Amino acid sequence: MPYLGSEDTVRDLRRALSNPNVQSDQLRYRNTILKVIRLMSQGVDVSGLFSEMVKACATVDIVQKKLVYVFLCSYATLNPELSLLVINTLRKDCQDPNPMVRSLALRNMTNLRLQSLVEYVEQPLTAGLRDRAACVRRVAVLGWAKLHNLQPKSEIDAAVVNELYSLLRDPDPVVMVNCLRALEEILKEEGGVAINKPITHHLLNRLKECDVWSQSEVLRILQRYRPQSEDELFDILSLLDASLISPHPPVMAATLSLFLSLCSGLPAVSLAALERVRGPLLAACGSVSREMRFTALCHIQLLLRSLPGLMGAHYKRFFCGYAEPAYIKQRKMQVLVELVNDENVAMLLDELKGYCTDVNADTAQAAISAIGRIGRSYSDRCLEILTGLLGLKQDHITSAVVQTMRDLVWVCPQCSDTVCLALEGCEEMLPDSQGKQALLWSLGVYGDRVSSAPYTLEVFIDGVRSEASLGVKMELLTSTVRLFLCRPAETQDMLGRLLHYCIDEETDMCVRDQALLYYRLLHCGIEETRKVLQGRRSDPSLGVLIGRPAEPVSHWERSFNTLEPLWQSTINTESANRGSPEHVTFDPKINLSDTLSSGQFDKVHSDSTSQSAESLEDVLASTAVVPLSLSPAISPEEFEDLWLRRLCSAAEQGVEEGEEEDYVCVTEHVQCPAIPHCSPQSLQAAMQLVNIQTLAFTPPNTLPWRVYLYTHTQEAPTSDKPGSTLILGELLYTGEANQKGGLGDGDDTDETEDREEKQKEESLSGLGRWDLTRKNNEEPVKVTLKQQPRDDKAVRGFLSILTTVLRTLSSERD
Amino acid sequence: MISQIFILSSKGDRLIYKDFRGEAGSDAVGTFYEKVTALTGDQPPVVMIHKHLHFVHVRQGGLYWVATTTADSSPFTVIDFLYRLTALVKDYCGSLSEKSVQMNFALIYELLDEVVDYGYIQSTSSDVLKNFIQTEAVTSRPFSLFDLSNVGLFGAETQQSKVAPSSAATRPIQSSREQGGKSEIFVDVIERMTVVVGSNGVLMKADVQGEIRVKCYMPSCSEMRIGLNEEFSIGKSQLRGYGAAVRVDECSFHQAVRLDEFDSHRILRLCPSQGEQTVMQYQLADELPSAPPFRLFPTIERDNGGRLLMYLKLRCDLPPQSAAINVSATIPVPKGSVSLSQELSSPDQSAEFRPQSRAVVWQIPRFPGGTQLSALFKLEVTGLSSASMLEVGPVGLSFELPKFTATGLQIRFLRLSPIQPGPLQRWVRYVTHSDSYTVRI
Repeated sequence: MPYLGSEDTVRDLRRALSNPNVQSDQLRYRNTILKVIRLMSQGVDVSGLFSEMVKACATVDIVQKKLVYVFLCSYATLNPELSLLVINTLRKDCQDPNPMVRSLALRNMTNLRLQSLVEYVEQPLTAGLRDRAACVRRVAVLGWAKLHNLQPKSEIDAAVVNELYSLLRDPDPVVMVNCLRALEEILKEEGGVAINKPITHHLLNRLKECDVWSQSEVLRILQRYRPQSEDELFDILSLLDASLISPHPPVMAATLSLFLSLCSGLPAVSLAALERVRGPLLAACGSVSREMRFTALCHIQLLLRSLPGLMGAHYKRFFCGYAEPAYIKQRKMQVLVELVNDENVAMLLDELKGYCTDVNADTAQAAISAIGRIGRSYSDRCLEILTGLLGLKQDHITSAVVQTMRDLVWVCPQCSDTVCLALEGCEEMLPDSQGKQALLWSLGVYGDRVSSAPYTLEVFIDGVRSEASLGVKMELLTSTVRLFLCRPAETQDMLGRLLHYCIDEETDMCVRDQALLYYRLLHCGIEETRKVLQGRRSDPSLGVLIGRPAEPVSHWERSFNTLEPLWQSTINTESANRGSPEHVTFDPKINLSDTLSSGQFDKVHSDSTSQSAESLEDVLASTAVVPLSLSPAISPEEFEDLWLRRLCSAAEQGVEEGEEEDYVCVTEHVQCPAIPHCSPQSLQAAMQLVNIQTLAFTPPNTLPWRVYLYTHTQEAPTSDKPGSTLILGELLYTGEANQKGGLGDGDDTDETEDREEKQKEESLSGLGRWDLTRKNNEEPVKVTLKQQPRDDKAVRGFLSILTTVLRTLSSERD
Repeated sequence: MISQIFILSSKGDRLIYKDFRGEAGSDAVGTFYEKVTALTGDQPPVVMIHKHLHFVHVRQGGLYWVATTTADSSPFTVIDFLYRLTALVKDYCGSLSEKSVQMNFALIYELLDEVVDYGYIQSTSSDVLKNFIQTEAVTSRPFSLFDLSNVGLFGAETQQSKVAPSSAATRPIQSSREQGGKSEIFVDVIERMTVVVGSNGVLMKADVQGEIRVKCYMPSCSEMRIGLNEEFSIGKSQLRGYGAAVRVDECSFHQAVRLDEFDSHRILRLCPSQGEQTVMQYQLADELPSAPPFRLFPTIERDNGGRLLMYLKLRCDLPPQSAAINVSATIPVPKGSVSLSQELSSPDQSAEFRPQSRAVVWQIPRFPGGTQLSALFKLEVTGLSSASMLEVGPVGLSFELPKFTATGLQIRFLRLSPIQPGPLQRWVRYVTHSDSYTVRI
């Protein structure tokens, strides 16, 4: 009703306000003013009543005064001339015996935001700084900041600044904090309020008197302080320790920020502080307020970047409540993924499985992709769940599962068999373009293993006219050409149709150009096309295998306790919905070349690509020389049997490099000191990437450290060479302890023997890329290989693959 | 630093708008509501950005409480402050709703004016604020039959009420001064349970978050002493007394609480200020001192006609003298469910199928301890397959357990010293809510 005929309402109100009868009756007057304010806060323009309201301001009724001031402050900028009339009343009020009236007048005088009034305001403000009542001083201090911002160009009055500095010693803590705030604004150009040692210590000592809001403000400003000595630093830290575990999240967060900025040179202390806030942060995660829970969760994610093990034991705290909003559930799942380990993986997956059928499609998708993330380390369990979800035959779930599988297979190629099986027959359940793209990519890359791939593609090609999504069309083109390369007979016809349509009828330039590119490429010949299109099937960065290293605190310290972490990863999840995995990067430095096209131009790797990526290319290159395969699988018992048999025969012969008719034993030393500290998962995953199966491990950091592994080399059998050979291997690391004992005579000879051995091996393999004989503080890892039947070339190829993998892992660990 | 604060109704009406710094225009309100409505789902993210404006909001009492701020301000502070603001408004207006905010807008403007100056939070303590707030709260008193039930024939008080009326704690704190309201103190022990029960009935996760809240309606109050159970212990190692120990993992107290008698006698001493405050917060993780309050025995199968049969037995394991109220079980059902037929064991229960949340909701108004209820639901599901059985569950239970605390925390006594002149009523109330109580199937 106020929106209709607001002009009439305003007219009525004006009449009422200027009615002397109303004016004499305090209650009626106040009620009329209330009506005006109500209209104002509803968004009705009542600025026309300004002069009447100015008159209403001169009253003894404080409530009425307050109401009128609310009105005046909102409309003063529209009526600068009329506002001059108020200033007299305000100045008179500044002399009022009641401190409440004084502070009210002073605050509203500065809230009018009128440049023309500045000259009238300065005098009462100066008086206000010396007022007896703290509430007036509080207002006066901030008044100077308002005044300064009203005329930012004007000169800073040194007297005022000095006065404000001296008011830091005011007995009222709010006045003190307001001084800090005001100085911070007035001296913005000089970098804010000067924080020197006396001020810092004064503020720290008075911290206890302040309330929560003042404390966090003081702590924030103190971040600029740099202690002069280590003793002083630790004094400050111990003073702050109590607020670090404060039950009030604002204080806790501000203290941690201060800790981190003070201890930027002492990473160990920072990490200890992170451990210390675990309790309060977890408590905030269970707070009544959902928004506070969310904030705490986002900040826990930051902390986990530096201390991945911080919340390990408390993973149950991150289980979702069924009534929690989607944004909290998604964050909780992101945290859960980080906390997964051998003990809790079953429990976690069980929990996540429950979320996959959530009513909210976004939550369900987030749960599915969380399972996919866990699948990078626990692929079997996760693939089982994911294939089970396909059975639900629900559009959004199927789509999310297909996307997740694509991402999983890109980083864990060993899952490809299961994924290929699962992909059969889910094309009908994909309504959205993201899911379609994922399916098409997988079919293109693994088309040789999915028997129904051509039929599925044919369905898509028949429907290409009605396809709206650009991404799907592009992906369809690439996949069809890729499938053509491995199954030409079945695909030729439909590829022709697709290219014909895309070149002749398609209106989108992007699709047309890509089709033309492929058409011309095919003209150049199959081999050329293969070179361009038959690229990687997996993530070249090995980022997953190595695991995300703990980041230094300084990476995220700046965004801690700001709004940034709260909106940041919503962007990340958006970018997770994307096209082919090749276009995406888990590690931006590797992507430089990949963005050029689908990542197949390996040759044009720019210089900035990391050494690890290059060495991985070596691996991949050498894999091409010596194809390795995992089948037929060998059980641990068989392995033990074979290994011991070879050991006996080697011992009988009394030489390290035993030569017999059908097998060879080779020993090699690899300098990769960090390897024994690697987690078994990452090592296993890395080995599987190049088709080496690891059978048994000792736990990391134990001595002696051993790993047993095996693989098969496969090559076309020639007259003098057998087709495939079996290689068994042992990695042994005895550690520094052994080296100390190495001073003895007996060992010495061993070592020289070893060295000769190495040189021999080096000349044999011709792979002297690094100095094997170099003396190092670190004991090398001893690699013993047994091959059956003998094939020197294959074993050399295998060794180079193995050493590259080990060194890559090792360098990443460093 | 807060640039603006505004309160919007759920429909986007502007109830309160205050600009502290004059940096962003008032069209921010419209921008905010556009962003909220543009999102699917009813739960917009806490922080939203429009150009350089950062909106931080909390939902409370069905309203949006929004602050606009800069990127570098602390989210903990802003959110905590907005919550404190809602608590203050509740204290001063009695309750938190669109209506109460609309009626008391003058009071809220006055509050905002005192609490925040130039975007900086000044003081939110009700002790300080009571000297400055002049406006009186306006409350609506809806006609209620419950008010009549206490009045017997010829207006005589029938119940010498041992129980405070539920509306007692929802009145504005200031009315006690002018309107001669009763001097009352409420001490509430409120616990929230988070429980996950596995499909085999094993307790997989159990957390309890609890707090002691004091709501004081006295203009000035002398020292109050709250005595907790003597056996109350904090942390794992400590065991006190011989009785059943009441144990919590972590415990934190309000700044104003003095703990000199806490270690020896478990007594909290404080001078409560007017309004509501949380005196103590505690939590217990991974363990419950007694059996979880509810157990569910589900049987789910398909019948020949392609219907889904769910036979649910729900047992309440509370002690017989207590009861759960407002129990509601939410059972997610497969996509494609069309209709529901039900057989419930008593007429006061009800069940309905909610297609938009794809769940069957079974409601039980009162559920005494030690009893068992059962329900049979038959669902018509189009395209029912064996895989869709996976979509049933997990069941979420929400309930309220009055006069019950999951940790066993009790208040032994509540003393004020020196004794107040005039009548003073002291109330101690216990309640346990379900934060999230999930039973897997």
